[in-house]
Amino acid sequence: MSGNKNFVLGVYDDEDLLLKAIKDVRQSGVKIYEVFSPFPVHGIDDVLGYKGSRLSVAAFIFGLLGTTLALTMQIGMMTFDWPMIIGGKDFFPFPTFIPVTFELTVLLGAFGMCGTFFVVSNLKPWAKPRIFDLRITDDKHIVAVDLDKNSMSEEEIKKALAASGAQEVNNKSFE
Amino acid sequence: MSDEKYIFSAGAKKNIFIVLAVGIVLAVLGVILMNSGGHHDAHGTDHVVEAAASHGDHAVAAHDEHGAEAAGEHHGGYHWTHRLKANLWINNLFFTGLAIIGVFFICIQYVAQAGWSVGVKRIPMAMASWLPIAGVLMAVVWLLSNHELFHWTHASLYDVNSPDFDAIINDKKGYLNFGFYMGRMVLFFGVWYVLFLQIRKHMLAEDIEGGVNRWKKLVGLSAVFIVFFGYSSSIAAWDWVMSIDPHWFSTMFGWYVFASWWVSGLAFIAFVAILLKDKGYLSVVNANHLHDLGKFVWGFSIFWTYIWFSQFLLIYYANIPEETIYFVERLKSDFYSKIFFMNLVVNFVLPFLLLMTRQSKRHARILKVVCPIVLVGHWFDFYLMITPGVLKENGDFGFLEVGMMMIYASAFVYVVLHSLAKYPLVAKNHPMYNETLHHHI
Repeated sequence: MSGNKNFVLGVYDDEDLLLKAIKDVRQSGVKIYEVFSPFPVHGIDDVLGYKGSRLSVAAFIFGLLGTTLALTMQIGMMTFDWPMIIGGKDFFPFPTFIPVTFELTVLLGAFGMCGTFFVVSNLKPWAKPRIFDLRITDDKHIVAVDLDKNSMSEEEIKKALAASGAQEVNNKSFE
Repeated sequence: MSDEKYIFSAGAKKNIFIVLAVGIVLAVLGVILMNSGGHHDAHGTDHVVEAAASHGDHAVAAHDEHGAEAAGEHHGGYHWTHRLKANLWINNLFFTGLAIIGVFFICIQYVAQAGWSVGVKRIPMAMASWLPIAGVLMAVVWLLSNHELFHWTHASLYDVNSPDFDAIINDKKGYLNFGFYMGRMVLFFGVWYVLFLQIRKHMLAEDIEGGVNRWKKLVGLSAVFIVFFGYSSSIAAWDWVMSIDPHWFSTMFGWYVFASWWVSGLAFIAFVAILLKDKGYLSVVNANHLHDLGKFVWGFSIFWTYIWFSQFLLIYYANIPEETIYFVERLKSDFYSKIFFMNLVVNFVLPFLLLMTRQSKRHARILKVVCPIVLVGHWFDFYLMITPGVLKENGDFGFLEVGMMMIYASAFVYVVLHSLAKYPLVAKNHPMYNETLHHHI
């Protein structure tokens, strides 16, 4: 069927083997789509060659937005819209703005970062998750390879996965 | 298992002595410039002329002027020894802080049962060897110059018949009196040092024996130290810094001084760790450990700012004259206000922005720039705590300040490196040695 996504899955049962396998498989030229594991594996982002998350950039921008919003709001209200003398301060009592500015920076930074993460990870309530193998929530690690993203043939990829120590090599396709 | 030992090379010693010599030259130069009067022309105020004129009989003048001071007019007889003593006190406090933070750092690592810090623990241990020297210096400087540094030490303030009589200070007599004050100082340094010696004894015994018995004892000892330090650091801050302005008080002050000490101590530990790595030592310390130290420096720079601002905001908002006087002294002066704002930039804005990203904390190059900035910045924080209270509007920053800082810094670094070379550089039998090797974040 056209439009189908076809994957080859390598199944591993040991995280040390998995780390070595990922290195070997990538060395043989296979592009890995994603690795699924039941628990966090230390050092997996290094062997997968991930450059580190850019989520912090989003957090910074949202934080900056919070700072700007808080200062604009307070200065707009207290200095221009309805100036009031409070505690003998002038109409621009900057130090008193800092707590609110801090709170809004943190709030928007946190919300913005979470929202960005949900969007990037496709975690919307109506999203249909692709379940590659039920055993990834139990005791198996899965290395998924997207056949369309690889120039190598299916046979070669399967051979590389098997050579790296995979217990099973399976096919999986999604509509 | 490594049996690494730091070798305090002749080259390093020579560099330290060069810094010491330059410091002495600068300090002497500063004193000469002050006495020739050239250094103070910039101020051009009447007091300076007065002070310069009354150089010869400074001791008498200083005492005579205290009546005027108590009445709220700060025309104190100003002499270069005043400024020297203020400098001694600033440096005493700053370097005492670095030393005691050494013990405190070790203790929180044990109480938190942290494994990541095993590789760097010997640096704070070496820092704490400055403690006995710091205690002696503190006591000697206090005994020699309490009248110049601390207004409340003048007997006439407590004499009802004297024109100097000060009812507010008189009410604090039960706490601020010579015997009790000196007793607290001796008690704090004594307990700090005794606990540190115990901690060091067990740490070194662990290197030979291995096992977890020493470690368990250290956890207990550390808890004792932390509880004692919690009280003593606050009280020390009231005694050694806040009582310079005896009418003024701030409930945040203990935390404020602690925060300044703590972040400088962390910066010093990180800086020494990086320099040792550059020299090829500390192979157990890698980017992950530096990342943790960097997070400490970054996080506690923000913590310091938080404390600093909490103190400032409450006083600013309440606007009570007896509280605002502290900030009025600093903000209404052209000279101090510059340092006041520089303090915030150097201790908050710079570390906050420079150490924000993950990469900047993992790579020694940026940390190597930020740590000295933070150290110098917090030296200025102490400068700003002490100088306006002691020297009033006569405060200045010149060769004397730089020279005294260099003298103290070279002595401190010499003692630290000497102690670092004396013991193994890595706690190879620490129960969490293996964990630190595999530390990964």
